Amino acid sequence: MSLKDKINITGITDEGLVRDHNEDSIAHNDELGLLVLADGMGGHKGGEVASAIAVDSIIQDLSQALPLIPTGKTDESTGYSMESMLIEKAIKDANYKIYSAAQNNSNYEGMGTTVVVLLLYDNRITIAHVGDSRLYRMRDRILEQMTRDHTLLQELVDRGFYTKKEANESLNKNLVTRAVGVNSSVDVDLLEDIALADDNYLLCSDGLTDMIDDDLIEDIMLNYRDDQDRMTEELIKQAKEHGGKDNVSVLLANVLKEFPVNSTWLQQFFDIFS
Amino acid sequence: MATIQISYNGKMESELPLDKDIFTIGRKSDNDIHLDSLAVSGYHAKIITIMNESFIEDLGSTNGTSLNGNVIKKNTLADGDVILIGQHEIKYVEENANSGQDFEKTMIINTAAVGLKETEGSHEIDQSVGKIAAEISSSDSGKSSHQKARIRLVSGANSGKELPLTKVLTTLGKPGVQVAAITRRPTGYFLIHIDGGDNGERPKVNNETIGLQAHPLKDKDTLEVAGVVMKFMHE
Repeated sequence: MSLKDKINITGITDEGLVRDHNEDSIAHNDELGLLVLADGMGGHKGGEVASAIAVDSIIQDLSQALPLIPTGKTDESTGYSMESMLIEKAIKDANYKIYSAAQNNSNYEGMGTTVVVLLLYDNRITIAHVGDSRLYRMRDRILEQMTRDHTLLQELVDRGFYTKKEANESLNKNLVTRAVGVNSSVDVDLLEDIALADDNYLLCSDGLTDMIDDDLIEDIMLNYRDDQDRMTEELIKQAKEHGGKDNVSVLLANVLKEFPVNSTWLQQFFDIFS
Repeated sequence: MATIQISYNGKMESELPLDKDIFTIGRKSDNDIHLDSLAVSGYHAKIITIMNESFIEDLGSTNGTSLNGNVIKKNTLADGDVILIGQHEIKYVEENANSGQDFEKTMIINTAAVGLKETEGSHEIDQSVGKIAAEISSSDSGKSSHQKARIRLVSGANSGKELPLTKVLTTLGKPGVQVAAITRRPTGYFLIHIDGGDNGERPKVNNETIGLQAHPLKDKDTLEVAGVVMKFMHE
């Protein structure tokens, strides 16, 4: 089933105002409802190379593998959907490719990348992420950050060393504790949730969230609800007007219509006592 | 680099630079900072330094640790802060408070055994940061939750029935009345409101209506979805 007419996907990646090259990469497959964003790190050209490998590899792997499985079936051994398991595997494959490339070329030593993936299928979503690129959802006019950053700062907040306010003032802001391609294996965080019509999903690199806060992101998304192209442009524009110190990338998906595999989507809610 | 000045009964006894990731403070002689007083626990507190910031953490001491007069468990340290342990005062002094160093560029802390090789411009992160990060992320809080859980119905026709939450996303409710889902995330289980039927009512947790955002669930929470009451339980 093509999701092209049910989900509107837009995205922009921008160098920003300070850096002379763009280490972010984005890509999407509108037929499959798949969005991938990566923010690379590492000297020389390592950052760009790592994020490009990640995005290309994940899109390619999943574009091949997803059409071959029945939609929305549970993987019995883990409880995740088969889609989630394929996404995890695709990220681990990308990890291996980047790690191998770094081992074989001293210019790429130590390169790595964040990655955040969103897949929409059967009125559901899977979110997978590694690092500090985020996924937000706006539903009923409220913005919610659905991913939890893999940063030292977040770890310290979770452990009670920092309050949220202190964390925002901290200098130790951009130390990522997990990245794709840095080690021979990587832990991926997976989330599954239900998608509803009118949901707006935002994937972004820290070039957005370091420049503008969640309140402003929410305002922009509310203001341009009916025009996702403008919403996309405005997010980038505001990040640049607030400093534009880093590359900034956004990918947006708006659920235009429900997209169940079977006719009426409520039919699927037979898990418990219906 | 920051330093600490240790005073006893108002008299400064020593001053030392925070040149290690962790300084333990206590009465036993194998502490980095050895305070010989019965008011001090064997291993009383530690000061953790990560790059340009330091933190104090009480290690469950008998008489507690206070910072600027407030009893604390964990806290960040700022220039001029005074830690009180027994009758010992430890003053935290930051040499170049606000030296303007910025780490704007994202860097990876390698928490694996392999040392960090990354160099970004003039900033080099030494392996010690990686070690600290590893220590922090290996402690349990905030780690992925693979806790197994189930729900037990306590009202309705199926009262007493138990359902293990084997799937990551389990939907529950009655279509057209109220539909919700329980999802397992890396940080634990959450209840999500999906559809409230015609009047848009949302599920309840412990008799309180949940918001539109995912609601974290604790062991033994009571849920009410579509008029059915159930208990959420860890295995």
